[in-house]
Amino acid sequence: MSNKEQLKNEELQQNNSFDESYVDDNIATVSSSKFKMFVKKFMKRKTAVIGFAIIVILLLMAIFGPALAPQDPAKYDYSNMFAPPSAEHWFGTDLYGRDIFSRILAGAPLTLGVALSSVLVGTIVGTILGLLAGYYGGWIEMLVMRGSDVLFSFPDILLAIAIVALLGPGIINVFIAVAVFTVPSIARMMRSATLAVKGSLYVEVAQSLGCKDARILFLHIFPGTTQTLIVNFTMRIGSAIMAASGLSFLGFGANVSDPEWGAMLSQSRSYLSTAPHMLYLPGLVIFITVLAFNLFGDGLRDTLDPKIK
Amino acid sequence: MEKILSLKNVSKTFPVGKTLLGKPINHVHAVNNISFDIYEGETFSIVGESGCGKSTTGRLINHLLTPDSGEIWFEGKEISKISQDEMRPLRKDMQMIFQDPAGSLNPRMRVCDLIEEPLLIHTNLNKEERMKIVNELLGIVGLSAKHAQRYPHEFSGGQKQRIGIARALTVNPKLIIADEPISALDVSIQAQVLNLLHQLQIKYNLTYVFISHDLSVVEMISDRIAVMYLGFVVETAPKELLYKNPLHPYTEALLSAVPIPDPSYHKDRIILEGDIPSTINLPKGCPFAARCSKCKPECLETRPETKEVEPGHFVSCHLY
Repeated sequence: MSNKEQLKNEELQQNNSFDESYVDDNIATVSSSKFKMFVKKFMKRKTAVIGFAIIVILLLMAIFGPALAPQDPAKYDYSNMFAPPSAEHWFGTDLYGRDIFSRILAGAPLTLGVALSSVLVGTIVGTILGLLAGYYGGWIEMLVMRGSDVLFSFPDILLAIAIVALLGPGIINVFIAVAVFTVPSIARMMRSATLAVKGSLYVEVAQSLGCKDARILFLHIFPGTTQTLIVNFTMRIGSAIMAASGLSFLGFGANVSDPEWGAMLSQSRSYLSTAPHMLYLPGLVIFITVLAFNLFGDGLRDTLDPKIK
Repeated sequence: MEKILSLKNVSKTFPVGKTLLGKPINHVHAVNNISFDIYEGETFSIVGESGCGKSTTGRLINHLLTPDSGEIWFEGKEISKISQDEMRPLRKDMQMIFQDPAGSLNPRMRVCDLIEEPLLIHTNLNKEERMKIVNELLGIVGLSAKHAQRYPHEFSGGQKQRIGIARALTVNPKLIIADEPISALDVSIQAQVLNLLHQLQIKYNLTYVFISHDLSVVEMISDRIAVMYLGFVVETAPKELLYKNPLHPYTEALLSAVPIPDPSYHKDRIILEGDIPSTINLPKGCPFAARCSKCKPECLETRPETKEVEPGHFVSCHLY
């Protein structure tokens, strides 16, 4: 007992000597340093930075594109049909002589807007359902998982067609259809991610500290699932662009006269041998867009992982 | 001394397997009919080999698990059947330290957020007051305020366990359940953490439930000890009595296995034969009968009652 008490006195004295000035410093910098650290870490990933830069350009295109378009994207010019790329028409012209570059700029808000917003809405719904299913189990899990199974039993495009057939054609209904078929895959992925994190010791610790369910779910479990969520989210954006284009191609989505990228692609399909630029250039834009989201998602995942320097 | 915690005939089983209708096929009997009292300010150790129900007992006390039967009284309140919401205010007085220091800290939270968390749940202090307590506690456990902004993976095992201890202390608990708090640490770090726990006990008048399999550590830190085997408490005694005069044959065997750092010392180890019986089909008689050298016919037939052989020294054995 006596040697224990000696040790106690030693250590307690040692402990009283911590530096007060540190305390104030740290309080002031709590919120700003977290973001700075994130940016610093993210900047080390070159491909992700490139992806992010492309996304920023695309988003700027979506916001300012229509105003920047060098020519009227809807103007027919029958003297200039199927023109290959030139100084006047950077990406050439289409079957009505419309400037393809201007049409891509003008179509950016439509294409990106539908893809991003539908995947976002679908992901939010899917995430909440998946979290609840994984955390509570029981009848909630049963309901969510069997519901997903039902939706999974339709091929994506068939399901989308069914939804659009039910609601009628139009870009809003394409948005709803893409959102609906995003939900089950995200919900399923989130459920398994939730189960994995739920089993970890720190979640049990949170319970032992007295955290409420909502706090455990959103503060302890959800951050542990964001890595998979972000990767899946970015992948879904790519497939959402494809699905929306597919629906437009089938005549269920955007109006044929709208400069939607997918619709442009479908329209040029029959002229592949005579005017390949009509297909390749909008296709290239879609490809770069999907690639940019994937690179960005990968980089974000690595940055959010505290174990990767 | 005041009784702070008391377990009365607590049992816990876990279902194993499922039939088609979802009914469990079997049950693992993790904790069987255990009873003990813990008094304010003491260190009560629970020892036993792996799988004997020590950690389950800790989780039952902390209401992370609910017992199938029996009563758990904490500060005059029966807590075994209350809901998590009713338990929440009591958690302020009862905190837990876990075996795996790395796993018990959320890797996505900074040290200050981790230590602050109990304050967010149990108090209404503002950010500045909370941070002041966090930094104070970091100092008390031998870290410093400059560590507050870091993430758990930047620390060593011993430092992580100090963070875990700081977190357990934030709300001034009366009882701390330490579930093998040092078994994941190096021997040199074990000593540091043990000393820290001891100093904190004196400073804050803490009561510890110390769960361990390491008998030399238990001898150093405990006031009273309970020995568990196969989910049963076979012997409970103050430390001096237990180490000088072990009554239960299992305790004897356990103590004879403690290594003594003296090469010339020759001791008579009691080597136990056989394996631990299955926890699914418990033996009918004494749980230890099959491996006991002093086994009598009645040991195989009836479970021994718990008897107080000398003041404070309880044993469940037909020999006494």
